Amino acid sequence: MTAALRQAPAPAGAAGPGRRDRAAARRPAAWRRRTLRALSLLAFAGLWQLLTAAKVQFWVRFDHLPTAVQVWQAFGRQLATDQYWQDLADSLRRIGSGFLLAAVLGVAAGVATARSRWASDLLGPVLEVIRPVPAIALVPVAIMLFPDNEQGIVFITFAAAFFPVTVSTRHAVRAVPPLWEEAVRTMGGGRWRVLWSVVLPGALPGVVGGLSVGIGVSWICVISAEMVSGQFGVGYRTWQSYTVLDYPGVFVGMATIGLLGWLTSGAVELLGRRVTRWLPTRPGSAR
Amino acid sequence: MSTATATAAATATTGLRLTARGLALGHAGHPVLDGLDLDVAPGEVLTVVGASGCGKSTLLRALAGLLAPTAGELLADGEPLAGPHADRALVFQEDGLLPWRSVRRNVELPLAIRRVPRAERARPVAEWLALVGLDGHQDRLPRQLSGGQRQRVQLARALVGSPRAVLMDEPFGALDAQNRAAMQQLLLTVRERLRCTVVFVTHDVDEALLLGDRVAVLGGGKVAALHDVPRPREAAARTDPAVLRLREAVLAGLS
Repeated sequence: MTAALRQAPAPAGAAGPGRRDRAAARRPAAWRRRTLRALSLLAFAGLWQLLTAAKVQFWVRFDHLPTAVQVWQAFGRQLATDQYWQDLADSLRRIGSGFLLAAVLGVAAGVATARSRWASDLLGPVLEVIRPVPAIALVPVAIMLFPDNEQGIVFITFAAAFFPVTVSTRHAVRAVPPLWEEAVRTMGGGRWRVLWSVVLPGALPGVVGGLSVGIGVSWICVISAEMVSGQFGVGYRTWQSYTVLDYPGVFVGMATIGLLGWLTSGAVELLGRRVTRWLPTRPGSAR
Repeated sequence: MSTATATAAATATTGLRLTARGLALGHAGHPVLDGLDLDVAPGEVLTVVGASGCGKSTLLRALAGLLAPTAGELLADGEPLAGPHADRALVFQEDGLLPWRSVRRNVELPLAIRRVPRAERARPVAEWLALVGLDGHQDRLPRQLSGGQRQRVQLARALVGSPRAVLMDEPFGALDAQNRAAMQQLLLTVRERLRCTVVFVTHDVDEALLLGDRVAVLGGGKVAALHDVPRPREAAARTDPAVLRLREAVLAGLS
């Protein structure tokens, strides 16, 4: 039984086999959890296969959908093409630059609006007016604003992640206990010292939360933007597949988006946990 | 310990004279301090007692330069206070340590702020940690320490930069009796070696009598009474008739 489970393709646990994971793997409890995670994915794929292979129809119709096996085979074929990897690289590059820009500017805007009344009065209203606009609704703006599509897509990705990061940072900065700042000020620390040694590290847990949300929204928007106005990229390819009636291809695209999203948010989570090790740990917390 | 003693003696500084004249602080129409006069002599240990909400912490924060007076003046060595300064270190009741910094990095912070080169920080930090009994805990995070140990780190951090005054806001208030007694003894030991001025706020009259050269009783936004504490300062002095009479007087002043 265990041997079979061990063979199970476990993309869940495979997200980041770090030193911690290997140490954890020695404990039976960790194995049980990994097994469960793999089973969750396998059960989903199995159910899908059953419904589509049997062409089940009861109000929702599974007869037009490709089966899990067909998708798996299409996935295998696509992995062998250069185009697949080219699309992957394009999407990753867009998300990388857009998200990075959002992280840097979002943290800066969050800190500025939380710490300075001037910045809050000057930036606050503009940010609040733009914030409710869905990033994907900015596509026309992006098309008019930027000379080429590429920059437009990065802009959409940036806009998507910017607001969660800014808002989380602002709240986190306001929640930093004043005591820490007072301690540093009575040591002779000035404005910048307080910022670097108290505000930024103290707000880090909240910033990490914003980044986690931001990377997720970024994926949604980069894919949507690629579908609307892209050339190349996973989103573009997925939509292309649909227009040429290559349904397994559509699902390969969706699976790719899912996996990439999972991997990148996992990376953000891991990084976040690394830099906030000082937080009090709750025994038995689901980590 | 001997090297620590030597350094501590070498870095002993002259204490700061802290003066408040007609100090008023608080919200308009609701003053916490109202016309408070106080003069803390260089190198003196002044303990401040008073009922909760009488403005003990407010006074301390004003002396630290964190709160600006609404009226009156605050002087350090005769010069008006202009905001916080490394000369006046503040020790908090609890949670004053930065939780993401290790013990060592917390203690070296005042030196880092003063741009002491990295190589020159290690020795004083190690010496002070040894003096407060925490050598071997350098790389721990504050959350891995007990409450008493955290207060020891705060004390080391306050003193490592050789401030001329140390302002302590009920630093042992959250500790159990045993830890509290140990910390009081530690403070007295350290005190022998540093000549800095200490203003120590507490709600514990016995602690005030044990540690203070003088005890100020706060009430009505002013210093209601100021008592000299008879010396020598020893645990046995708690049963000394003169100290007991003073204790009665201070307690009477509080009620």
